[in-house]
Amino acid sequence: MRVVLAEDLHLLREGLVALLRAHGFEVVAAVESGPELLAALVGERPDVAVVDVRLPPTFTDEGLQAALAARRRMPGLPVLVLSQHVEQLYARELLADGSGGVGYLLKDRVFNGEQFVDAVRRVAAGGTAMDPEVIARLLASNARNEPLGRLTPREREVLELMAEGRSNAAIGQRLFLSDSAVGKHTASIFTKLGLAPSDDDNRRVLAVLAFLNSK
Amino acid sequence: MTSARSALTALARSTALAGLALLGLAAGLAMLAAVLLTFAVGLVIVFPPAVRLARVVTRLQRRLAARWSGIPVDEPYRPEPPPPVPQRDGWYRDGRTLYKRPTIPAFNLRWHWMTKDPATWRDFAYLLAAPLTSGLVAAAPLLATAYGVVRLVAGDPVGAVWILLALIVVRWYAPWAVRLHGRVAAALLGPTEKARLAQRVSRLDAARTEAVDSQAAELRRIERDLHDGAQARLVAIGMTIGAAEQLLESDPQAARALLGKAREASATALQEIRRLVRGIHPPVLAERGLGDAVRALALDSPLRTHVTVDLPERASAPLESAAYFAVSELLANAARHGDATEAWVDVSTQGPALRVTVTDDGHGGADPEQGTGLRGIERRLGAFDGVLAVNSPAGGPTTAVIELPRAFRVRPAPTTPWRYFGRLCWGLWPIALFPQGLVAMVLKLVGSPVKSWFLGLHVPEPFQWPVIVGMIALGGGLLAVALATTARTREAEGGACG
Repeated sequence: MRVVLAEDLHLLREGLVALLRAHGFEVVAAVESGPELLAALVGERPDVAVVDVRLPPTFTDEGLQAALAARRRMPGLPVLVLSQHVEQLYARELLADGSGGVGYLLKDRVFNGEQFVDAVRRVAAGGTAMDPEVIARLLASNARNEPLGRLTPREREVLELMAEGRSNAAIGQRLFLSDSAVGKHTASIFTKLGLAPSDDDNRRVLAVLAFLNSK
Repeated sequence: MTSARSALTALARSTALAGLALLGLAAGLAMLAAVLLTFAVGLVIVFPPAVRLARVVTRLQRRLAARWSGIPVDEPYRPEPPPPVPQRDGWYRDGRTLYKRPTIPAFNLRWHWMTKDPATWRDFAYLLAAPLTSGLVAAAPLLATAYGVVRLVAGDPVGAVWILLALIVVRWYAPWAVRLHGRVAAALLGPTEKARLAQRVSRLDAARTEAVDSQAAELRRIERDLHDGAQARLVAIGMTIGAAEQLLESDPQAARALLGKAREASATALQEIRRLVRGIHPPVLAERGLGDAVRALALDSPLRTHVTVDLPERASAPLESAAYFAVSELLANAARHGDATEAWVDVSTQGPALRVTVTDDGHGGADPEQGTGLRGIERRLGAFDGVLAVNSPAGGPTTAVIELPRAFRVRPAPTTPWRYFGRLCWGLWPIALFPQGLVAMVLKLVGSPVKSWFLGLHVPEPFQWPVIVGMIALGGGLLAVALATTARTREAEGGACG
């Protein structure tokens, strides 16, 4: 699997390259600034991009902007965004086109190599990987609002894990539910959020989007 | 109908102003008597009451100028001195004299307060001058009518023309007279530039002290948080890794467990630093500016928050930060104390000022005097000369408006050549307008043979009128340019200090 990596801190960049290589990824470009990133994304058309939000030259949100620009040109280009802090605002901007293949994680998550690589794979496959911190803040600020208010506590838990990008099997394992029980919960969530039956993967993305847009 | 009513209102107002001018004249004469008695006879005791009387009358004039002409006139007076404080032995000191009772020191303080304040003497000048200027102007229609009545009674029919003229003209005249009163009041009763600056300096001085204090407290808090949080955790991580190193050979299993612990501790340290950074300078604010930072705040708020942002450019970072934390505190207040479920935040500009309005549907009753949170916002804003206005009736809704002046660049000041051009215009407009324009016109009308240096009279006959009218227009145009350049210069320079 071909990866483009953008990270300005030398140590972290080398660490990520080593981690991804160790898990069988091919790092086709490891860049350290916004313009370089955009050029690499357009030129290499990787299977997935791992991008730090804050990059030179402005050290604002160059990485995020480059990733969004690349996705506008190549819809559905899988992008996993890493940051020292997470904002619901950025999560929404990433998810806004509804085409999936989006991840948004705190940098701390690379401490656990296995989980991180797992997230990269999920994003590359067109799924989502939202940081639990984004979801926690979303829930804290949205406790009373529609349509999330209509979900049962269990359905909420399932939706949270779905937003993190877990498969039905993984959700069942985490919540000690059978696959069919998880299936029932997800179907119920889709109905309550008003998502018409379609390709399951796409609906999962839309559910997460609805979740994030529920204000 | 409405215009007739407004004309009537204006007439009533100008009549009232004329009456008030008489009252002012009485107060002015009283003050004149007091001044003479004080400085010629030494009867100092009559001075303070006369000044107080003058202030009551001028205060009324100020209020009327604001209400009727829409020209706000600030009180120019220096703050009243505090009552004298006794020394430790119970005596009152005034200069090198000690008094047993506070009466005389208090009188001396008041005396200096009144006599040293230029506003006292400007009030005096206004009271004596106003009846002759704006008072007479305001009374003109009445005087004309009265004159007409007198003439009619005397059997002269021309009196009716006077009355008719007054009735026709008053409709346009009265509003103008009221406005003139407002301008005169603003010119003489408002604070002088010096007084305004003095007030501003003392306000800024207080704001700076508060800003420095709160900044020092903030730095202490950050230091403590780092010391007790991230720093302590890094020490623990170092120790844990050291222990793991020791065990690596003998007990790899235990070493692995320790390393896992070290990793967890580093994640916690990161979390703490993240929280701290959010409190110092939120990352979204640094990355996206005030608009998106407020949007991010709205997303994290438990209230359903609607945000509208209309900003031409980014303000300076410290200013953005002050506005951001103010909004953050206001939203938190609304959720915590106000029981609100919905909030509206509007971020926009008001000329060069940044204005943020936060409205919520809570139960209201917020009071800046009570809440330390609101006081904190005022302090933060005060460092930038900003203000917070809270309107929160019991039962809601609560509206808080933050205004930070001079957040954005004002229109650029005229360049030096433009200023010289403006001065040239100031010099030339009277020449074009008066001798070359109006005087030449009068000479032409009366058919005088004098041509002097009037260009319009030297040119061939068919061009004489166009040249004269052109001169008048040129004079007016030059005056307009001169006024505009000066106004722009004032505005741009006033932006820095007024």
